[in-house]
Amino acid sequence: MSFERIPILTMGEFLLVTIQGEMHDTLATTLQRELTARVATQGARGVLLDISGLSMVDSFMGRMVSTIASITRMMDAETVVVGMQPAVAITLVEMGLTLPGVLTAMNVERGMELLRGRLGFAREDSNDYGESERDAIDF
Amino acid sequence: MTTVSRNETLSISEEIDVVMARNKVRLFAKEAGLGLVDETKLITAASELTRNMLLYANGGTISIEHVSVAETAGVRIRFEDCGPGIVDLALAMTDGYSSNNGLGLGLPGARRLVDEFQINTKKGEGTVIVVTKWKR
Repeated sequence: MSFERIPILTMGEFLLVTIQGEMHDTLATTLQRELTARVATQGARGVLLDISGLSMVDSFMGRMVSTIASITRMMDAETVVVGMQPAVAITLVEMGLTLPGVLTAMNVERGMELLRGRLGFAREDSNDYGESERDAIDF
Repeated sequence: MTTVSRNETLSISEEIDVVMARNKVRLFAKEAGLGLVDETKLITAASELTRNMLLYANGGTISIEHVSVAETAGVRIRFEDCGPGIVDLALAMTDGYSSNNGLGLGLPGARRLVDEFQINTKKGEGTVIVVTKWKR
């Protein structure tokens, strides 16, 4: 049908996906498949899903985002949704789609900080049992 | 009295038509002067209802029109399909109910995003949904 693809960039131990333009269902499904494959082959620890270029997110796309976050989490990588536009956030909440369990950040930079922070704590966790709980960022 | 000033009809038969419908609705929303949040809500509702048409009725037609009552402008969209109809409308309008493994937010979600929502469905004949969003 179409050969469009959403590029997946590697940034150290993270993957960055910038979604722009029109998102149709097949593209969303392709992204889900390719992204999870890349997490596995590269052993990525985090995924930044930049949706600042999306002017609309409906329940299908919202579900895709949630699913990506759940799948990557099971593969030991966190997904952070980055840059959701205010009108999109308002619409999603009104629709009843609050993306529970999905990490979010204002922009890619803050998303990276969030991922690094979580990874850092996770690493501390493995050597040091006592203190980590108090410092963990809890969403 | 409601005046209709311009309208356009789109035929929906494949997935890419959902994108076309969204773009057309965006155009009408901008022309009607809807704010960005209302525009986004209307496009999202249209996306849900168009996808429903494809999923459950193999497509249908959408008519988008500019409407106005007194000084208030708005956009009205009519979704018409010849699908199997919705057997239990009350159930279909319930949050979280899905006959298709979805989130079950399509119909109730779309209703919350618009100002007016009318639905008419007949088993074996099809479904007509009319939504309106007014400029604030």
